[in-house]
Amino acid sequence: MIPEVGNFALVLALCVALTQGTLPLLGAHLNRQQWVALARPAAVAQALLLAIAFGCLTTAFVQNDFSVVYVAQHSNTLLPLQYRVAAVWGGHEGSLLLWVVMLVLWTLAVALRSTQLPEAMVARVLGVLGLVSAGFLLFILFTSNPFERLLPGAAEGRDLNPLLQDPGLIIHPPMLYMGYVGFSVAFAFAIAALLSGQLDAAWARWSRPWTTAAWVFLTIGIALGSWWAYYELGWGGWWFWDPVENASFMPWLIGTALVHSLAVTEKRGSFKNWTVLLAISAFSLSLLGTFLVRSGVLTSVHAFATDPRRGIFILVFLGTVIGSSLALFAWRAPKVGLGGRFGLLSRESLLLTNNVLLVVACASVLLGTLYPLLIDALGAGKLSVGPPYFDAVFVPLMLPAVFLMGVAPCARWKHASVRELARTLRWAFVAAAVVGVGAPFLFGEWKPLVALSLLLAAWIVFSALLNLFERVQSTRAGQPFLAAVRRQPRSFFGMHLAHVGISVFIVGVTMVGAYQAEKDVKMEPGDTVSVGGYSFRFNGVREEKGPNYRALVGDIDLLKNGAAVRKMFPEKRFYVASSMPMTEAAIDTGFLRDVYVSLGEPIDKARPDAAWAVRVYYKPFVDWIWGGCVLMAMGGLLAISDRRYRIKARSAAPAPAVTTASLAQNA
Amino acid sequence: MKPRHKRIALILAGLAILAIAATLVLNAFQSNLVFFFSPTQVAAGEAPKGRSFRIGGMVREGSLQRQADGVTLRFVVTDTDKDMTVAYKGILPDLFREGKGVVAQGKLGDDGVFAATEVLAKHDENYMPPEAAKAVGDAHERAAANQASAQAAARTLKQ
Repeated sequence: MIPEVGNFALVLALCVALTQGTLPLLGAHLNRQQWVALARPAAVAQALLLAIAFGCLTTAFVQNDFSVVYVAQHSNTLLPLQYRVAAVWGGHEGSLLLWVVMLVLWTLAVALRSTQLPEAMVARVLGVLGLVSAGFLLFILFTSNPFERLLPGAAEGRDLNPLLQDPGLIIHPPMLYMGYVGFSVAFAFAIAALLSGQLDAAWARWSRPWTTAAWVFLTIGIALGSWWAYYELGWGGWWFWDPVENASFMPWLIGTALVHSLAVTEKRGSFKNWTVLLAISAFSLSLLGTFLVRSGVLTSVHAFATDPRRGIFILVFLGTVIGSSLALFAWRAPKVGLGGRFGLLSRESLLLTNNVLLVVACASVLLGTLYPLLIDALGAGKLSVGPPYFDAVFVPLMLPAVFLMGVAPCARWKHASVRELARTLRWAFVAAAVVGVGAPFLFGEWKPLVALSLLLAAWIVFSALLNLFERVQSTRAGQPFLAAVRRQPRSFFGMHLAHVGISVFIVGVTMVGAYQAEKDVKMEPGDTVSVGGYSFRFNGVREEKGPNYRALVGDIDLLKNGAAVRKMFPEKRFYVASSMPMTEAAIDTGFLRDVYVSLGEPIDKARPDAAWAVRVYYKPFVDWIWGGCVLMAMGGLLAISDRRYRIKARSAAPAPAVTTASLAQNA
Repeated sequence: MKPRHKRIALILAGLAILAIAATLVLNAFQSNLVFFFSPTQVAAGEAPKGRSFRIGGMVREGSLQRQADGVTLRFVVTDTDKDMTVAYKGILPDLFREGKGVVAQGKLGDDGVFAATEVLAKHDENYMPPEAAKAVGDAHERAAANQASAQAAARTLKQ
């Protein structure tokens, strides 16, 4: 009964989404207030219906209702409750439902928080979101219905992939999807602007917090995925340039460009067309990511199912969304205008350069991701593009971008002078050079690339501090220094915090890449192996039982200079229902380094009590990688919380009259 | 500078970035494309010498051998038609099993042994790496075609 309620709720939600996607848009065009007024109630109704559907699926999982195909395929009576709930999005159908739920949550947030926006604009934004939602609901209902029945019901479920039975699964996909789907709001704002022809500083100010919020979620989602891969896959890697990872990274790159481009559009009115194009691209890449991961074209951990119908549907959907929005762009963009002019060297031009670098980086990732698929589809053979390609292309593109990150915040809008910039920044650069050249001596062999990376990381921090100091000095007006610091807007601190996050991230990536040490060894009980100044003593393996698995648990003493640091217990698990083995690494996390141990396999399969193949790692600064991402996200949050989004939004209240007038003109 | 000159300069700068990027990309692309060969293709000498490539197929039952150090391994990968020996030093992924699909990346040595730097077996019991599936599928198709032509030949002989 409950699954049928869920299914019915989905059908009703589709009807509401279609209404939301048509009438308000038409109403805004024809100036019919009743139709425009439908947008908000429809958004609320859709959110309620999808909450019901999601609740029904969750109930089916909690109650172990194996007469539902999706539940039978992804759960098991032995599965602990928290993973039964997380299993809702552990497979194809459920994760699509999660996608739509995220979409209606964003829609609801826009509907509730947009009281200061002109009604016609709200109607257009919600209308576009309604159309996107309708597309996905059609996809779910026709190709991937999670409520499909299995008659007669199965006695026992097939269990969730053991790899996914981890706290990481509970939070990684929702965060990632919040980010992916969040760009739909930026997209809807862009389309609304194209439809109305109204694209100005006020428009940019409305879109900015939404775009930044999506970017924050995506940053956290990607970082969580990377961290999860690091501790769960047992290989100690944090990024593999796997197509699935690239699928989430491409919207992030474009989203980052969009956040900066929106800043220029808001402050200076420039880059309008470029901003709109980026908003369309960010969302298109989110859809492409969904297509790549969900259609089964990339058969990997994340592709839970392979079904050509699904692939074709998403491809058609993708083509419709991208095609129609680009057509609209081509038609309406000339109306939007170019906006304010700026000098060859100005904050605008520096931001534009960074934008171009980010877009080119994204394009090169796209090429490396799609090329093997294209060759495969053409039947020209199988090939893969190795991680060295991405490293070789990505790093040289990002080096100048990171350098400019230190310069742009200090450059004036409209026109900046080289001499002035050089005078302001020279000491920051000298200090960064000292740190960059000197620091590698502390950690081991001096390598030029390490020195360069650390120089750039220090450069970001020093130039940010300098920028803060200069700005406070110039606005101080006789006040005490700290009081003037406190008066600076939050978005200013947000920007620099996010930039410092990049710096911390660079330190992590550089150090772990250059100075990590690893060993794969055979260890008899009592053997000791040393790596990175630590010794590991293997005391053998004992057997343990988990709720739905049995485990062989290694007992390892971690020693430094002969003194015991702690005990480590890496595991080899065998899941009962799926009979799949899983490696659980033991990690000693520290501020400056991680020590990482994972069990390979017993040397003699028949004697797990004897020697084992063991992998040990020493990973300096590896946690800085994710720490940097957390700082970036915090910077984004700080920027969103800036007072001016609230105050100016209020002062923009009389705007509707103006907009209606301009609308009438347009019509 | 006049606005027009500025615009031209900006466009030129943009084009320069694009040109540098394109060069980088194409260079890196050429040297990092990893091609895939089945054991049959390797046996026919189609695989490049001295360049990294991927092979795939099934791990032959009972072929896994461990050297005394415990982490140097040898196993045989087959597409059911031709076999090839793979040497690997390190820890195998969780889902590496004899009789299951596998993909390995590395270089072909002069002794005909494939020295793998990476062994991939993906995380699903039912899942077969697409390259491995293709290698085995191709070999089966060839076998079927051979059988068909043999039957045709036999029929002609009988007539």
